[in-house]
Amino acid sequence: MIRRVEFDEGLNELKTLLLDMGDHVERAIEAAMRALRTVDGEAARKVIGEDPELNRLEERIVDLGTRLIATQQPVARDLRRILVAFRISNDLERMGDLAVDIAKAALRLEGQELIKPLVDLPKMAEIVQTMTRESIRSFLHENVDLAYKMARDDDTVDAIYGAVLQELFTLRPASARDSSQAMLLCFVGRYLERIADHATNIGESVVYLVTNRRPDLNR
Amino acid sequence: MAMTTASPEPAHARTARALIEIDRLNLYYGDFHALKNVTLDIPERAVTAFIGPSGCGKSTLLRTLNRMNDLIPGTRIEGRIAIAGTDIYSPEVDVETLRKKVGMVFQQPNPFPKSIYDNVAYGPRLHGIRKKSRLDEIVESSLRAAALWNEVKDQLKRSALSLSGGQQQRLCIARALAVEPDILLMDEATSALDPISTLKIEELVHQLKSRYTIVMVTHNMHQAARVSDRTVFFLNGEVIESADTEKLFSNPSDSRTEDYISGRFG
Repeated sequence: MIRRVEFDEGLNELKTLLLDMGDHVERAIEAAMRALRTVDGEAARKVIGEDPELNRLEERIVDLGTRLIATQQPVARDLRRILVAFRISNDLERMGDLAVDIAKAALRLEGQELIKPLVDLPKMAEIVQTMTRESIRSFLHENVDLAYKMARDDDTVDAIYGAVLQELFTLRPASARDSSQAMLLCFVGRYLERIADHATNIGESVVYLVTNRRPDLNR
Repeated sequence: MAMTTASPEPAHARTARALIEIDRLNLYYGDFHALKNVTLDIPERAVTAFIGPSGCGKSTLLRTLNRMNDLIPGTRIEGRIAIAGTDIYSPEVDVETLRKKVGMVFQQPNPFPKSIYDNVAYGPRLHGIRKKSRLDEIVESSLRAAALWNEVKDQLKRSALSLSGGQQQRLCIARALAVEPDILLMDEATSALDPISTLKIEELVHQLKSRYTIVMVTHNMHQAARVSDRTVFFLNGEVIESADTEKLFSNPSDSRTEDYISGRFG
């Protein structure tokens, strides 16, 4: 089989960059949630400070993909690999922004005590981190089954989010401060739920790459 | 030349408004089986591209459509090729008339060593047209159709050999159009040209397809993707896949097609 050495190296580099972005996003979610659980402003600021690196990775992916399209004239699956890499890098960049939003929520809580220990939000976060990791793996291995698993995990995340909202909406806050904290935690739940949606988008992109069809896994 | 049917019915796609119908065609150069059970429809007033690696049979198939293979000793054909319903290999068919209706442009431009005017007028004169005003009309309309008129209208007496490669090739197209064909066969017609001339001819093909049925052989896949409406992929004398160009280049059905168009072939 004739190999297209330069082209294949370019495609591998795209995969490596996406892997790096995925790792970064996973670490950012974990660090942001730890900052929230422990109300650690320092840790939250670190997450926020590392976000520009994620944006730079996305730019590198777009530049590389553009160069490959212009110089290698990819067709069929090769072309879809590059287009999908653009979409996935965009989803990962948004996931990183949402991790930053979680860190900012932790910053707003600086100096306060949590009204109750966090249970459901960390549960959501753990599933979301797994979804992030698996969505990238599904792209690397062009594995459609793993992509469809995203849809099921997303349903679980939605269910837990529903329970979080239920609990926080029915809470009787002792003070205005407690009331603000409850609202912030609702937002955090929303950010995690959105990260899960983006991970599911990545799954949809993988299905498109492999089958040339566009399922809606977010339903 | 033998004209017998052979082999069981292969799977194929029949399209509406096919001008050329190829049915279970087998071609042999002596013992070499060059085309194997080719069944294909070529749609009217559209561009169909034949692609495939060297030696896959695409030029051989192109040459069957105007019986140029008759000129190669030892060639034997089985099966049927019909143009507008008529079997072109039947004994009643006049090959001269066939080659008028099915024009051909070759890889190397081959203008006659005559003036531009006489190159285009040659075919019509051969078919009995003598009146100068009629010939003038035909020369102008053919050169216009080949997008060459504006460049040569004031120098029709000039030798065709003084034209550039791209212009010579457009002159050859004008020459083919002058005898009012229905079909134009193009065998790697831009392979010997520079990129700008190539693009001009691709643009010309785009204009011509509203009036003519065009079949082109090209080893440049990207040209096939740019220019054609249907693409047929050949390998070892067989049709592997025939589809709308958009589909073949975005989501081919056969993995061999995908390997070839992705350049991962060998």
